[in-house]
Amino acid sequence: MTLVADAPASGPAPEAPIEAFTVTLIIRRFDPDVDDEPRWQDFDVQMFATDRILDALHKIKWEQDGSLTFRRSCAHGICGSDAMRINGRNRLACKTLIKDLDITKPIYVEAIKGLPLEKDLIVDMEPFFASYREVQPFLQSATEPPKDKERIQSVADRARFDDTTKCILCAACTSSCPVFWTDGQYFGPAAIVNAHRFIFDSRDEAASTRLDILNDKEGVWRCRTTFNCTDACPRGIQVTQAIAEVKQAIMRGKP
Amino acid sequence: MAINTAGTMTPKRPAGTLYRGREGMWSWVLHRITGVAIFFFLLVHILDTSMVRISPEAYNAVISTYQNPIMGLGETALVAAIVYHAFNGIRIILIDLWSKGAKYQRVMFWVVMGLWVITMLGFAPRHLINVFSHVGGA
Repeated sequence: MTLVADAPASGPAPEAPIEAFTVTLIIRRFDPDVDDEPRWQDFDVQMFATDRILDALHKIKWEQDGSLTFRRSCAHGICGSDAMRINGRNRLACKTLIKDLDITKPIYVEAIKGLPLEKDLIVDMEPFFASYREVQPFLQSATEPPKDKERIQSVADRARFDDTTKCILCAACTSSCPVFWTDGQYFGPAAIVNAHRFIFDSRDEAASTRLDILNDKEGVWRCRTTFNCTDACPRGIQVTQAIAEVKQAIMRGKP
Repeated sequence: MAINTAGTMTPKRPAGTLYRGREGMWSWVLHRITGVAIFFFLLVHILDTSMVRISPEAYNAVISTYQNPIMGLGETALVAAIVYHAFNGIRIILIDLWSKGAKYQRVMFWVVMGLWVITMLGFAPRHLINVFSHVGGA
């Protein structure tokens, strides 16, 4: 932002060059073919304040070290591929701007925790998706929808589970959970959020099945309300709130 | 540690960084630590109280070993742990059962800390005066 008040009235002011900063990234690398254990490696990159951590990773991969490995697809916070731990907190690399970080210090980037590390910033997501599949995240109804019509739902009924429809399955929440780090059997916040999305859907008829699944030793009762998941969610889902609502639904015996 | 071009340290250890959770995570860490500490206290407490079934003299002998400043400080720590665990326990119950609990969890955490300070201000001076006024068998 520049002030225009002092600019001469005649002719456009000369465009100020956009300032670039040297940013140091310290990345936790791991190559299973070479390394016995992960190692930290630092890179210096020229970045603009409006750049994102994903741009920094691209610059490193394209200009400095082509072996740097990470996932990304849409690069705009929708696909949920590039969740990673940035300065100790789970974030999407494509939604974390340089200007929001303290660049006088190096920026630490590492893979999300609690899932098996495969290479550099890539983890094996299969245990995460297995938990997701287990909660039956799809509409189940014994009745046919009205002929040639959709299943009607009131605005209030739709609003009941609106928050949990936003999940992009990036695993930022599940891999921020201290319980999940030490107990990989725990369903984890993401699976519970996606169960919540159908448990409280008025069109769905399998809520009791899902409540049974989550009323398990490794289900919702493992949640210790640390709120790391709520703080980590790039979509702003109130994850701990959703888990609390599922806990209450189990105690009531119905959604 | 190796010094890089920016003059900062690159960690040599392969472990990841400490997760930087906020009030919720640290309240849970404290809750777990105080919980385990209180459990071990209760274990000892049940043992020393059960001495009274052997004989009043045995009980008195055990309890009298607690009458020194080190145990007095330990009692302060014990009360500090129990007061935190109790107030934060109420906070966790409200998070789980009150519909607005999750929304106000951060406020409730600072309320817990405030209540803890007030309770300890009431307890610690009185208790420590008691403990240290008896030092040297006075």
